[in-house]
Amino acid sequence: MRAFAVAATAAIAVAAAGCAANTPPKKAAPVVRVDEDPFPSTYVAYPGVPTLIRNVTIFDGEGGRIDNGWISFADGQVTGLGAGPQDAPAGTNVIDGSGKFVTPGIIDVHSHLGDYPSPGVESLSDGNEATSPVRPEVWAEHSVWPQDPGFSRALINGGVTTLQILPGSANLFGGRSAVLKNVPARTAQGMKFPGAPYGLKMACGENPKRVYGSKGSIPGTRMGNIALTRATWIKAQAYKRKWDKYYGNGGDMPERDLAMDTLMGVLDGKILIHNHCYRADEMANMIDVSKEFGYKITAFHHAVEAYKIADLLAANGICAAMWADWYGFKMEAYDGVQENIPLVHNAGPGACAIVHSDDPNGIQRLNQEAAKALADGQRAGIPNLSEAIAWQWLSANPAKALGIFDKTGSLAPGKMADVVLWNADPFSIYSRPERVWIDGALMYDANDPKRRPVSDFELGQPGEGDVK
Amino acid sequence: MIRTALAALLLTTAVPATAQTIAIINGKVATGDGSGPVEGGIVVIRDGRVVAAGPRVRIPGGAQVIDAAGKWVTPGIVAGFSRLGLADVDLGAGGADDTQASSGPFSAAIDVSTAINPNYTPVEVNRSDGVTRAVVAPAAPRSIFAGQGAIIDTGADLYPITKARAFQFVELGEAGAGKAGGSRPSAHVLFRNALREAAELRRYAEPVRSGGGLEPQDWRLRTVITNPNEARVYRPDARRSEDVLLTRFDAAALVPVLQGAQPLLVHVERASDILEVIGLKREFPSLKLVIVGGSEGWLVASEIARSGIPVIASAVNDLPASFEQLAATQSNVGRMAAAGVKVAIGTINDDETRHVFRERQYAGNLVALSNVPGATGVTWGEALRLITSAPAEALGLGGEIGSLAPGRRADVVIWSGDPLDPRNAAERVFIDGVEQPLDNHQTRLLDRYRHLPRRALPEAYRH
Repeated sequence: MRAFAVAATAAIAVAAAGCAANTPPKKAAPVVRVDEDPFPSTYVAYPGVPTLIRNVTIFDGEGGRIDNGWISFADGQVTGLGAGPQDAPAGTNVIDGSGKFVTPGIIDVHSHLGDYPSPGVESLSDGNEATSPVRPEVWAEHSVWPQDPGFSRALINGGVTTLQILPGSANLFGGRSAVLKNVPARTAQGMKFPGAPYGLKMACGENPKRVYGSKGSIPGTRMGNIALTRATWIKAQAYKRKWDKYYGNGGDMPERDLAMDTLMGVLDGKILIHNHCYRADEMANMIDVSKEFGYKITAFHHAVEAYKIADLLAANGICAAMWADWYGFKMEAYDGVQENIPLVHNAGPGACAIVHSDDPNGIQRLNQEAAKALADGQRAGIPNLSEAIAWQWLSANPAKALGIFDKTGSLAPGKMADVVLWNADPFSIYSRPERVWIDGALMYDANDPKRRPVSDFELGQPGEGDVK
Repeated sequence: MIRTALAALLLTTAVPATAQTIAIINGKVATGDGSGPVEGGIVVIRDGRVVAAGPRVRIPGGAQVIDAAGKWVTPGIVAGFSRLGLADVDLGAGGADDTQASSGPFSAAIDVSTAINPNYTPVEVNRSDGVTRAVVAPAAPRSIFAGQGAIIDTGADLYPITKARAFQFVELGEAGAGKAGGSRPSAHVLFRNALREAAELRRYAEPVRSGGGLEPQDWRLRTVITNPNEARVYRPDARRSEDVLLTRFDAAALVPVLQGAQPLLVHVERASDILEVIGLKREFPSLKLVIVGGSEGWLVASEIARSGIPVIASAVNDLPASFEQLAATQSNVGRMAAAGVKVAIGTINDDETRHVFRERQYAGNLVALSNVPGATGVTWGEALRLITSAPAEALGLGGEIGSLAPGRRADVVIWSGDPLDPRNAAERVFIDGVEQPLDNHQTRLLDRYRHLPRRALPEAYRH
């Protein structure tokens, strides 16, 4: 069901009651709620069979590790997990996981699959609406090409089961994100994660000022970035006041503005902020802007200097989505360190470190990126790190940043059965996904070429259906 | 200024003035020749060269003994294709990027050996990760010819050049088509015309080096051929046709390519483009060709193998990132190797100014493929070879670098564990037998920000 219909009914009821108690009924038009979900998810999980994997090592994604354990799932949900032997009811597909590992599916909070797809030709380049620095009206899902072959690589080589597609970072306000299940579909709606909140991509730093400064318009500087960002939030606040008044008191419906709709959603706490930002000082500026206008930054993305303000991020409950070792490709990445992820993780209560890709190749090796970060952190003497802890960077923390941790991101009874069976310890370079389930449906099996997605684009091409 | 001072300090304190005799014992040793690691191996180096490596090696008296128990010992990583040392920052930092001169007048004559800066952070970061040598190519400016690349070391000194003008680099695939005005046929005509102009000029080349005198026998003293950047090597009456497209310098730079004295690295990805490169070998038998990229090489692996042309391949490309990479698969290297192609690993269009340390991770991924049904991986020993001796051999330097065979330059790394698993780190790095400092901009930042609580003075005073 679509949430707005229920909300609209409730609003009308409240308005009617208010009228009855006070003034004689005038013929006031009923308050109409704006449809907040005009492109609803049509994703439907594929059928699975009740499955039990036993004699397997499990990282539950929340920091737990079970050696010689078992996990079962049925009807799309995790039904149980534990240590030791476990019997299976009749009709269960039992898998011996000896020497193998089970984890929650990897969640990438920063991908451009579909909006910067392969092949990377101009005709398919749909990630940046770089025609104005303020474009909160665009929605990444309208750029997503579901036939991007990159989705399948992320699944079969990377064990990625959920991903957030973001607009690019040319703009201060880049547009809405789309959270997708990594299950092929004919439409973007067919991949949309049911019930996932929207995100809004924001950016600070070099990219907006370079793109627009070179065109001779604001922003041409970092101070221009902040000024235009604040000016835009001032407009959004005024817009929200109009709509709050309308929803509270009725009257004439205000004129809708798509851009402001999105920003109002942020101010209402319904849309999560994903803020591209590299430098520590700029992240601090963006935190102050968020406080000035009363919204929350959910995650800084890239955050190459997050380690310099890991305490500030933790105190404000802001996640940092990072690479393991990228550095120096531009000035704002000059101070990259290989311990960034574990240092952010180690900043105390409220700390939230995420491994992200921003790359169609990197998304295939996020487990290896986490492994490098973990090893670098341990070498630097950062305490309380382990493989089980580090898997939080790949599933639980990104799920929290996407507002879907109640549904996925860890292995717990009742959660979506988004599960990867690795042929060895996934922190080892020599490990690969052997099978991947999404909502309990087997979407990849290394032993079965028929369980390997092939996009429309690749049909009839050299290498169709290859191992990749 | 501070960086220069720091480098000078390292030179005078951290690095011994001369290489000495060192015996690394008890390590798990892999020599880079394709064989697997051997427990309890010994590596002896003296005067900057490898004396011996293996399980039964005599430790010379007076040698400095390093106990590598629990460690792995290999030759340093040789980055098979890179732009290391040409840029400190890639974007928006004027002056810190010499990878290409997009508005300069020259192409083939460009010589990157004049631009390598060993003090750039990427050189230090990659040295810290066990990369000891790199094949460094310019990026193509407005021509299909990018210019002449160099082989460098990553040592903490200001003398990085192992071999200047070690090869010419040309784009003949999609990028070449773009540089040639928009089509592959145009690129091929430009290529043939360039060789024609070089052939014309060759007739006037003096058989002497620019400084006068005959070429010395020792290759390290030779300038590959007569230095093509020195116009003096061509007699002043060197006449050229009137319909030339190349500058005199650019045409002169292609003479050694035409003579087969300088390898020609050709970037192509598509199977049909690879066959065209193989065809060049028949048309110009003297060319010493090396293919770079080769994402669709597996489709024509037997043809490449028969041609004997080495391939410095991108290791893990598996996306149809362009229309010339539709058949890309991570099994490409394994399939080519199985077919007998001389493969090495390089990184083109893959953050190659700074992330060449990913090569060992990529090599490890190729080993992992051996456990994926239907995929073609490589053995561990072969994977190490792909990032050590194989690129050296592709560039004709196999006798000098890339392995622990006796007589090779003593580029040796002691690792905390299996070097193909990037969780392990380089713990000690030797280049030409000289132990290298492993700190860099990043390690200094870590020291500064490891603990954040406020102290008596700002962070800027922690150094």
